[in-house]
Amino acid sequence: MKRHLISAADLTRDDALLILDTAEELSRIADRPIKKLPTLRGRTVVNLFFEDSTRTRISFEAAAKRLSADVINFSAKGSSVSKGESLKDTALTLEAMGADGVVIRHNASGAPHRLAGWVRGSVVNAGDGTHEHPTQALLDAYTMRRRLGDLDGRRVTIVGDILHSRVARSNVLLLNTLGADVTLVAPPTLFPVAVDTWPCEVAYDFDAVLPKSDVVMMLRVQQERMSDAFFPTVREYSRRYGLDARRLSALPEHAIVMHPGPMNRGVEIAAEVADSPRSTIVEQVANGVTVRMAVLYLLLGGSEPAIGGAARDGGDAARDGGDVSRGGAIRDRGDVSRGGDAIRNGGDASRREDA
Amino acid sequence: MSAASVPAHGSSPDSDVSHKTVLEAPDIRRALTRIAHEILERTKGGRDIVLLGIPTRGVTLAARLAARIAEVEGEPIPQGSLDVTMYRDDLRLRPARALGRTELPPEGVDDRVVVLVDDVLYSGRTVRAALDALNDLGRPRAVQLATLVDRGHRELPIRADYVGKNLPTSAREKVKVLLAEIDGRDAVVLEVPK
Amino acid sequence: MFLIKGARILGGAPADILLRDGVVAEVGAGLTAPEATVVEADGLIALPGLVDLHTHLREPGREDAETVESGTRAAAAGGYTAVHAMANTEPVADTAGVVEQVWRLGREAGHCDVHPVGAVTRGLEGERLAELGAMADSAARVRVFSDDGHCVSDAVLMRRALEYVKAFDGVVAQHAQEPRLTEHAQMNEGEVSGRLGLAGWPAVAEEAIIARDCLLAAHVGSRLHVCHVSTAGSVEILRWAKSKGWQVTAEVTPHHLLLTDELAETYDPVYKVNPPLRTKADVEALREALADGTIDCVATDHAPHPAEAKETEWAPAAMGMIGLETALSVVHEAMVETGLLDWAGVADRMSARPARIGRLTGQGRPIEVGAPANLTLYDPAARTAVDPAAFVSKSRNTPFAGLELPGRVHATFLRGRPTVLEGKVI
Repeated sequence: MKRHLISAADLTRDDALLILDTAEELSRIADRPIKKLPTLRGRTVVNLFFEDSTRTRISFEAAAKRLSADVINFSAKGSSVSKGESLKDTALTLEAMGADGVVIRHNASGAPHRLAGWVRGSVVNAGDGTHEHPTQALLDAYTMRRRLGDLDGRRVTIVGDILHSRVARSNVLLLNTLGADVTLVAPPTLFPVAVDTWPCEVAYDFDAVLPKSDVVMMLRVQQERMSDAFFPTVREYSRRYGLDARRLSALPEHAIVMHPGPMNRGVEIAAEVADSPRSTIVEQVANGVTVRMAVLYLLLGGSEPAIGGAARDGGDAARDGGDVSRGGAIRDRGDVSRGGDAIRNGGDASRREDA
Repeated sequence: MSAASVPAHGSSPDSDVSHKTVLEAPDIRRALTRIAHEILERTKGGRDIVLLGIPTRGVTLAARLAARIAEVEGEPIPQGSLDVTMYRDDLRLRPARALGRTELPPEGVDDRVVVLVDDVLYSGRTVRAALDALNDLGRPRAVQLATLVDRGHRELPIRADYVGKNLPTSAREKVKVLLAEIDGRDAVVLEVPK
Repeated sequence: MFLIKGARILGGAPADILLRDGVVAEVGAGLTAPEATVVEADGLIALPGLVDLHTHLREPGREDAETVESGTRAAAAGGYTAVHAMANTEPVADTAGVVEQVWRLGREAGHCDVHPVGAVTRGLEGERLAELGAMADSAARVRVFSDDGHCVSDAVLMRRALEYVKAFDGVVAQHAQEPRLTEHAQMNEGEVSGRLGLAGWPAVAEEAIIARDCLLAAHVGSRLHVCHVSTAGSVEILRWAKSKGWQVTAEVTPHHLLLTDELAETYDPVYKVNPPLRTKADVEALREALADGTIDCVATDHAPHPAEAKETEWAPAAMGMIGLETALSVVHEAMVETGLLDWAGVADRMSARPARIGRLTGQGRPIEVGAPANLTLYDPAARTAVDPAAFVSKSRNTPFAGLELPGRVHATFLRGRPTVLEGKVI
């Protein structure tokens, strides 16, 4: 069966624990003289980066190379049909190269879903638009587990631009799967309108949440959000939602501070907090390679993947048809005014519960 | 040696397979004691040796051997585990599987005599993978192999230095090693398809 | 001359219909006409030829997606005898010259009447009025004006347009979309958009413009038509405006009567459309509104696109769905099978009312003696899975592919001449 890691919702609790446990074993390799394993010899992993992200690309590249995969880096900026080659044509090129796995970073939400419909290999989402970044969530969970142990019942506070954050989306899903209690903190303008349907708490007052947090994860806030009137000034944002030394001292003794990077020092996080021993920011980077090795091994290391969601829909018309009949088409035989349960939701109902 | 046909512990009775216990707990105990003595003899009192078990049951056997050697010699000997999953040559024949633990003793393996310990020696492919894995961890002075059961059918030029029991089998049969620490009792069971 | 035997007019008792000299010559039982070609219509429903107020024929400019010829063939295949061709062509239909060109291409193709819609503003740029009067006086006799695809968001410009077209009994068809609230918007703003990380398109962006335009239309005493209504809130505003007796009409698309925003979970842009697919509650409100007349008619918003405009990521993909060939079946599924409309209601919402809004005199008339012989024969018992490969349209961007839908157009007559027979376009 063809499987991918596109959304953190693709992972069951067992899947997620398998990845974290595998990463735990693999982390031992990082300490030894020969870091390379022969496991993916002969497999080809393509890093398809439509968006600049040297950090993430290098992390995936190191992960694939430590597993002895052949790595092809493919960078292409801009993605609309009017600008050069389309994603579909790129996908067909990858098919011709025989890619076993495709790691894709793209500025359009859903690009990995589309790619999964066009290639035979396993697709790993390395961040798509404002949708998800599941390996970031995995490395965050891995980092938390190393510092705090089992995540069941742990209280994780994620602060910042939730509306535009793929890191927040994946973290909410994965942490919920792992049994942690997530609270999102942001100005109301930076929440999606229906955030109340997410499996987490929502708060506007950062200070009230601090003493009840085992983990505080700060998200990067783009300064250009200010011009779209999401908040008045960077100074006001920083004062209300930034993590400074005073707020750090309000955290419980054991609590850790995380940031997916790159940081805006002095905006969402004060330099002294970023550099404090309670900050895991550097660890997170190191853990990224290990966790991505685990993901690549479990997706590509065997005759079939051991984790992840089943093949998604791509551009194939026949399969599109299948989708419209599964969900999203209201096929109510009764009187709609009586409000019969009309939407044929299929398997989506269960997915929405954990989304 | 008992030849009674009994269902394997913990597995549901399977009508297509008959179970024959080929080693009972005392047999295993004696075999391990003998191997421990052989190791001491061959390595001149166990100097510089490291026992590395191959997960899962090889690790348990290595721990037992280490305990016996320590009893005889009066001081503990280094032991650990060596997972070979990532080095296997049959990875693509099965779904990706969870990793076992690799844990070296603080002494490491460089210039040591490493004794690999596994429960069953069959095709030799696991040992081949273990030699590759070991190669990435350091440079032992020598590598030896101890196995509780050697069932034949080698596919590679590999042989064991210490064998608990040579057990002629047919390729259709399966050999299961049960150990108290993991399975609740000690036994070696031969599964014969009817 | 054609003699239709045993058709159920508006789903009523079987009757024979004789078409002669472009009009309905006789209606009754046991009609005979030796010279007439007999069309056996046992079990078929006879409806007046359908009228679409909202069709994108793409010619001139995007003939790779659709032409007047291919688009009107698709219309005939879907049971239509008249379509209104939207103005967002290249060049824009904002002069008498362009609307006459489209009108003439329609006449030459001959599959159905083509009534060009004139742009409200020059180049659809929302800055200066187009020559509305010249278009009205042209051979195309334009009565419907719309910047569809763009909202006439400037309140003064909208007021002037509403006032100006009164001189020739025109109507402004507004694409209600507040531009600032929908910058970069990708799909309905709600639970699904938040989860998928696609920029939200709030219902209020549509509703605010509809409310404003209803008030403007009342203030200047003009006719307003609202294109593709998609939200429950819009329905409430329209219901209120109509209760005041204001001259406000509205349309709904077939896809907004059947599909919801959850389809965006596939990230397949075949489900990307403007206005976006909304929620189940919206769909239910739209169905009710169409049933009680708050929404006057069904309009397809047939929007053809070449494959490459949809075989892409969601954000850069083109918005729009084709609908001419599936409209009647979708309305059958959403409105008739649910008991919300009978076939007389379907005829009213898909033929009579849109003809009246467009001020078409020769269309949307009941099937009775003396009326122009524009009608369609529909087999309600058929049930097939939608197969895009079988479409007459040049484009394939249907959201209904693979979906099993009821009914099939068997024949279409345009002023007594068949444009479709045995389900095949002639």
